[in-house]
Amino acid sequence: MTTLPVHDAIDVEATPRAISRKATGADKVFVAAIRTVGSVVLVITGGVGVFLGWQALPTLRHYGWSFFTESSWQPEADVLGIAAVLSGTVLVALIAMSIAFPLALITALYISEYAPAGMRSLLVSLVDLMAAVPSIIWGLWGSYLIMEHAAGLAMWLDRNLGFIPLFQVDDADPNAAVPVLSRYSFSMFVAGIAVAMMVLPMACAVMRQVFSQTPQGEKEAALALGATRWGMVRSVVLPFGRGGIIGGAMLGLGRALGETIAVLLILSPSFEVKPRVLEIGGNTVSALIAGRFGDASSSQLSALLAAGFVLFLITLVVNTVAATIVNRSRSGAGTDA
Amino acid sequence: MTLAPETDVPAAGTVGQTFLPRYDDDAAPAVPRASLGRLTVDEKFVRIGSVASGLGIAWLITQRILPLAGLPWFLVVWLVATLAVTAVTAAMSGGAVEARDRLAATVMTVGAGVVGAVLISAVVFVTVKGWAALIHVNFFTEDMSGVGPKDSFDRGGVLHAIVGSLIQVGIAVAITLPLGIGTAIFMTEVGGRFAKLVRTVVEAMTALPSIVAGLFIYTVFIVALGYPRSGLAAGLAISVMMLPIIARASDVVLRVIPGGLREASLALGASRWRTVWHVVLPTARPGLATACILGIARGIGETSPVLLTSGNAQFLVVNPTDGVMNSLPLFVYSLVRTGEPNAVARAFAGATVLLAVVMVLFVVARLIARPQRTKPQRTQRTAPQSARTEENP
Repeated sequence: MTTLPVHDAIDVEATPRAISRKATGADKVFVAAIRTVGSVVLVITGGVGVFLGWQALPTLRHYGWSFFTESSWQPEADVLGIAAVLSGTVLVALIAMSIAFPLALITALYISEYAPAGMRSLLVSLVDLMAAVPSIIWGLWGSYLIMEHAAGLAMWLDRNLGFIPLFQVDDADPNAAVPVLSRYSFSMFVAGIAVAMMVLPMACAVMRQVFSQTPQGEKEAALALGATRWGMVRSVVLPFGRGGIIGGAMLGLGRALGETIAVLLILSPSFEVKPRVLEIGGNTVSALIAGRFGDASSSQLSALLAAGFVLFLITLVVNTVAATIVNRSRSGAGTDA
Repeated sequence: MTLAPETDVPAAGTVGQTFLPRYDDDAAPAVPRASLGRLTVDEKFVRIGSVASGLGIAWLITQRILPLAGLPWFLVVWLVATLAVTAVTAAMSGGAVEARDRLAATVMTVGAGVVGAVLISAVVFVTVKGWAALIHVNFFTEDMSGVGPKDSFDRGGVLHAIVGSLIQVGIAVAITLPLGIGTAIFMTEVGGRFAKLVRTVVEAMTALPSIVAGLFIYTVFIVALGYPRSGLAAGLAISVMMLPIIARASDVVLRVIPGGLREASLALGASRWRTVWHVVLPTARPGLATACILGIARGIGETSPVLLTSGNAQFLVVNPTDGVMNSLPLFVYSLVRTGEPNAVARAFAGATVLLAVVMVLFVVARLIARPQRTKPQRTQRTAPQSARTEENP
């Protein structure tokens, strides 16, 4: 039997209780504790950025604009700048992206649209595994397996397309009877190949995730209207995933800019601003730091930190733009609940 | 068995009478309809034939007509010839549209195959180059103290580097896991303007190049504070690199937990801490585990932070505060730099071990992240014995 609650006649005019969203008791402790953790992480991560900027100031003030225009790095002569290493960094990253971008796009499309359904999850795992392969492995792969083939390709490019400044190599004759391959080895081109293999899986993962969110109905509509599979990909999947394609590529670019150890293993260091990417020698900011930190005095350390800070700012801008593009596009990152 | 009424002649005047089809018992059994999606034999032959004729043309061009020696040329010509034959055969049957479709499919398959070949080549190449050193048991049980770069493989090993890597990553995990997941909980569960600021800064710091993280610890911990290079410094450098990565990955995982679960828990009277501990974290466990293990794999494989901070010990060190230490990536890097053939082979063996460690972590992450099938198991357990044997013969 159901009994209705009995109203006390006197208590009828009870005022509604005040509703507060403020945490009380255990909740208060929880919020305070977790807020502390957040603050600690904010201090640590933010502290690193602020510290880098603060340490970079004396160097930037001392050298002024010449820090960005000077190409040599001679702390003994008080002449140093990051023009050469910065251009080297950008060149290596661009080479890496020009190799990684088409391959990543093709692989992402293959996995999401062409691969047999049963193999799809295995292929996704393989791409993730490729992303987890340590960079030193790619460095070894690049310098011991790829180097000689890449040098041969570089010589062929120099022989046939040498009139383009990009493919030019000084002090080497590609038509000689016994060509000197060493002028074509240890170059930014080879380093770019190794870095490309590092950033490829990362870009591919972002692209594939966006492609997999393409509305099934639109794909089926395209097929029902008579589109071939490629027609469907071109008219539905690619436009839908445009944000993911650009964003994934830029995330990869951000990673490529900061890559150290593969470049350090492959590239023979030289301080020169040059577009001749097939030629031996070159340098990047991260390789400069790794090569010069050991014997650095405090002022040189500040210069290295300034170089690192500039690199950090560039990657930061690239990553932020990438994240904005991925989030803004119709496809979205798909993480917001 | 008769399914339809026996009405052969419709009665006059009945409009709209429906006749059900009758089964003809004498007819031959129906031929199963060919699948709509699957290729016919003809189409299969054209696809395989295009590749085969491409192979033949490539042989003809590279070996008989043009002086293009070497495997790379052969593969390139093979690809071009296959594309050309594919385009021609497709255009013959379906015109330009079909040709474009088939060309795109070929390019996709070849491109994905190239990426797969790169991954396999890297793994196989590193293993093969290090095999000579790997097959010696002492490689896993000894350190490198007193072993020169030219010494043979039956002396010295990688033990100190494995132990060093584990200790350094252990330090990094002990620091970053509570802080990273705690921050992620703060960003998703508490929210507010301050949480937004934390999220912005953490996302920005994922852009920090790993070498700069190492340089930061080197400048602060070793140069400014005057501590020696040690495993602790290396662990801290890895932590600085890993913390934003883990915090951000966990944040992404926690954000996709449906809000309804939280609300249900809170509506039942659970405190916020209990909601997080009993509802949010268990729901997110597979995703969190994957995020963290992939972060750890990244941390264990990164060379540049430890290059600056840990020093390069040739002997076994177990105390992370006690001077120089070694780790797997650093072991590989320093041996490769010597250029001695034996040392390089040892470096490749070390790289194989590193690769194996990363792969084991990766497989563990996959196994944890796999969707748990709890429900079918429960029904199986409660189902009667006879039903179970019928279902699973």
